[in-house]
Amino acid sequence: MSPQKRVKNSQVQKRTSQVSGNYPTNLLAWEEKEDLNDSKYSLKRGQNNPVEDYGHADDQAEDALQIAVRYFEKGPVKTSQNKDKILEEHLKTVENVALKNGLAPEGIDILLNVALSGKFGSAVNTRILKCMIPTTLISEHSVVKAVSWLCVGKCSGSTKVLFYRWLVAMFDFIDHKEEINLLYGFFFASLQDDALCPYACHLLYLLTKKENVKPFRVRKLLDLQAKMGMQPHLQALLSLYKFFAPTLISVSLPTRKKIYFKNSENLWKTALLAVRQRNQGPPPEPLKLMLGPAKVRPVKRKWNSYSVIPVLNSSSCSKECGKKGMILSNYLSSHELFPLEQLKSFPQLLQNIHCLELPSQMGAVLNNSLLLHYINCVKDESILLRLYHWLSQTLQEECIWYKVNNFEHEKEFANFLATVNRAQCFLQEGFYSCETFLYKSLPLWDGFCCRSQFLQLVSWIPFNSFSEVKPLVFDHLAQLFFTSTIYFKSSVLQSLKELLQNWLLWLSVDIHMKPVMNSPLETTLGGSMNSVSELIHYVGWLSTTALRLESNSTFLLHFILDFYEKVCDIYINYNLPLVVLFPPGIFYPALLSLDSSILNQLCYIMHRYRKNLTAAKKNELVQKTKSEFNFSSKTYQEFNHYLTAMVGCLWTSKPFQKGFYIDPDVLEKTGVAEYKNSLNLVHHPALLSYAVSFLLQEWPEERTTVNMRSIRGKKWNWYLDYLFSEGLQGLKLFIRSSIHHSSVP
Amino acid sequence: MDSYESTHQHIASSRLKDYFIGATPLQKRLESVRKQTSFVPTPPRRKIPQCSQLQEDNDPQKVAFLLHKQWTLYSLTPLYKFSYTNLKEYASLLSAFIAAEKQKGLAVEVGEDFNIKVTFSTLLGMKGTQRDPEAFLVQILSKSQLPSENREHKVLWTGWFCCIFGDSLLETVSEDFTCVPLFLANGAETNTAIVGTWFQKTFDCYFSPLAINAFNLSWMAAMWTACKMDQYMAATEFLWSVPCSPQSLDISYAIHPEDAKALWDSVHKTPGEVTQEEVDLFMDCLYSHFHRHFKIHLSATRLVRVSTSVASAHTDGKIKILCHKYLIGVLAYLTELAIFQID
Repeated sequence: MSPQKRVKNSQVQKRTSQVSGNYPTNLLAWEEKEDLNDSKYSLKRGQNNPVEDYGHADDQAEDALQIAVRYFEKGPVKTSQNKDKILEEHLKTVENVALKNGLAPEGIDILLNVALSGKFGSAVNTRILKCMIPTTLISEHSVVKAVSWLCVGKCSGSTKVLFYRWLVAMFDFIDHKEEINLLYGFFFASLQDDALCPYACHLLYLLTKKENVKPFRVRKLLDLQAKMGMQPHLQALLSLYKFFAPTLISVSLPTRKKIYFKNSENLWKTALLAVRQRNQGPPPEPLKLMLGPAKVRPVKRKWNSYSVIPVLNSSSCSKECGKKGMILSNYLSSHELFPLEQLKSFPQLLQNIHCLELPSQMGAVLNNSLLLHYINCVKDESILLRLYHWLSQTLQEECIWYKVNNFEHEKEFANFLATVNRAQCFLQEGFYSCETFLYKSLPLWDGFCCRSQFLQLVSWIPFNSFSEVKPLVFDHLAQLFFTSTIYFKSSVLQSLKELLQNWLLWLSVDIHMKPVMNSPLETTLGGSMNSVSELIHYVGWLSTTALRLESNSTFLLHFILDFYEKVCDIYINYNLPLVVLFPPGIFYPALLSLDSSILNQLCYIMHRYRKNLTAAKKNELVQKTKSEFNFSSKTYQEFNHYLTAMVGCLWTSKPFQKGFYIDPDVLEKTGVAEYKNSLNLVHHPALLSYAVSFLLQEWPEERTTVNMRSIRGKKWNWYLDYLFSEGLQGLKLFIRSSIHHSSVP
Repeated sequence: MDSYESTHQHIASSRLKDYFIGATPLQKRLESVRKQTSFVPTPPRRKIPQCSQLQEDNDPQKVAFLLHKQWTLYSLTPLYKFSYTNLKEYASLLSAFIAAEKQKGLAVEVGEDFNIKVTFSTLLGMKGTQRDPEAFLVQILSKSQLPSENREHKVLWTGWFCCIFGDSLLETVSEDFTCVPLFLANGAETNTAIVGTWFQKTFDCYFSPLAINAFNLSWMAAMWTACKMDQYMAATEFLWSVPCSPQSLDISYAIHPEDAKALWDSVHKTPGEVTQEEVDLFMDCLYSHFHRHFKIHLSATRLVRVSTSVASAHTDGKIKILCHKYLIGVLAYLTELAIFQID
């Protein structure tokens, strides 16, 4: 891919991200919003609660919960006679709801405060803490607030211990951890409390980041260890510290100790499972069951610990073995081999290209652009085979959804795909390994993981017979396409545009390199053109349906028209005998779009179609002989049909008569008095604002009576100039080429 | 435009032609992957392993050494520039590499004396067809430090490479490559990792763990039950895993081997062959029998292990071959799975 192209990509991506900023599309943003809603409705659980089958009884429970929480918030009522009974009742309510559905973040916030502020007795606090089970998440602020109570010293030692245990058990459900991490020093100080120490260790173990590891903390831990002996929890923390800062800790720690912590979450075990299920939906086990072995030993982690792509090494073994077993021909042809490690520049590559030593592992070329140059021009099949095998296996092993769901390595895999894509761009050619990888992994892809990198692989599928690849790639892609967001749809269209461009480039270069060849197979140009036109029709089908699904979204139309900007210019730009028009499902939504840039783009595309078709016609006349690539008259008819419709709408104000026929009775029923004018350059909804601005700018004195109908005759021409000056270049080209100026309305 | 006119006739580009004909090895690979992906991944019928297809010139001691051991399976892409004439050199290079790895990257002189020894040797006759490359064995032995007269080398680690009926792979590579797609290792995994790393660096190949999914385990169960045995050494046993939390539950199901054979004979129709329908029917019979007694649908669980008198296999990619007679037959199926994985 050329740098220009990449710049354009990033622009498009920017566009995408800007829009997505306005509409929260990712789940996280959505959840956050829900949380905000939650806080407004205080204790009512969010609408996104998956357990939606609570009926009347649950509503009552809900109200009872609110009353109970309010009761706890106010503190114990001293005067009432049956206060114990009331307290017990409210506690029961909270426990029931918590165990059944969990508590909303606000409920937990209030009740945590109650439990740690010591308003009630220790037994009550314990019971409250035991039922602090979140519906989905716990807010970080609640935890910070609760910790602040620990400093006041109002709660008993056992409550503190229970709170720490709760914190450890619920750690994964706390929405953020940054502020909690700021309290690291506080938690660390609580190591001195013998009762708290094991749980504090566990908490710190979960919380520790590299920057938390400080020499004074290491000293303190070692002191503690000296005082208390080899405690497993201290060892765990120490070994974590040692992992982050090996230089700070010189004591040796047992390496093979697996159980460091007593299972402190057992109090909440069943409740936690319920929360996890609520958060993730039903467990994915059955699916995994069908897909084959659940666990596959990840070899790479142990074997090639450094990176996925091998380090560049010259072929060590062939050198060693060559010493003894070198045969005569080797002596005769022996040039000094140029060692790879010294290859630093392109001129060096050129000078030594005949005696370049190849890397021992061909995968290393991915990271080295000079060697990519080399493998691009070398005709040695075994080099390509080595790369093929290595890349196929690496993609398969690293792919996070193909074999095992080890999603923690997503970033690594995304980086690897990005490297592969860079190499493909550099070579301007797709690797076969990537193609086979697509065949295997696309059916299992969720459309989300490493999306942009994976879709880029699609755009580098080598030129193929479309009908052969369709069931392997494009049918699966279509399924994902129709069921995903508009942003996914746009990204797919974007990569299909790139795919088309790559195929066209290969074909155009190929044709001009090999002038004449006769082959009985369908390797004729006709066969290739068929494949390209099938791809275009496929995208046309996707686009038409997508426009309907997304109610003619302007955003999506931009991507679709971008694709057709490539399509309309195939004949001239790539010198290939192919003109495919867009389907009506794309043309009419674009023509009737409310967005002027869409209309402008449509005009530009129509202009280019015209250029391409006239060039083709001219060629036919010059050649005179019947060629198989003469476009059928149908293509011209189709184009003329569209052209008539456009001119009728925009210029002559006679829409719906030719090309785009609508029964006059139907038009009458719409109640629009002067529908004939309503789609011309002045009244077209996409251009109306231009017309008004034009009038206001030219005749500011007529501000009160803006008369659209006054734009005619000379004014019409001025208005056109105004439109062109506003950047509607596509419109300009279209009008200049398709409309004879004598016919000014 | 000018250059264009001349191209109006029938034109084909050589690259495209190559592509469509599938002329080069690489394109043959691609073709085979396409076929596999678009159609049923495994052929619907296979041969029942026949009595010893092992060729005459094999070394019975070596074969005996391979039996009754648990092997961990890997698939392996073709070795580049591997030569059977250099086995001695490979042994000394690999032992130097192992020594260097164990000393954490310190430079080590080749040929220096270490307390380990590496041997490479071929396993003669271990092949399905003449075209299959020779299988070979790699061993890491410990040398005792004491200079005693007849010092016994203790075997620390063993691995072997083979290819049995690997035609489909052999067709798609050029002469520079040696295809031994199946690798079996026994011994500490750290040693497997070191040896594997050396092979990957030296012959530009790629090892991947070869897991056996439940589908293929059922095939093994059927094919191995179908084997004629003079005497049965072990019960036919299946292990199913039930995914439930917190601990998964295993269901073991042992059948008298003769009963299993009788069941097989009742579902078996085509002589000498096993078909997909027969495999399904065989397993379904077992399932319904179990359901009748325990009201548990085994078809909803996952088959994780199959053991018969011929061999036993675990879904993790562990295998133990028990019967000398059917060694080649078992390896042929494993080779097929390995080739499928590297395609």
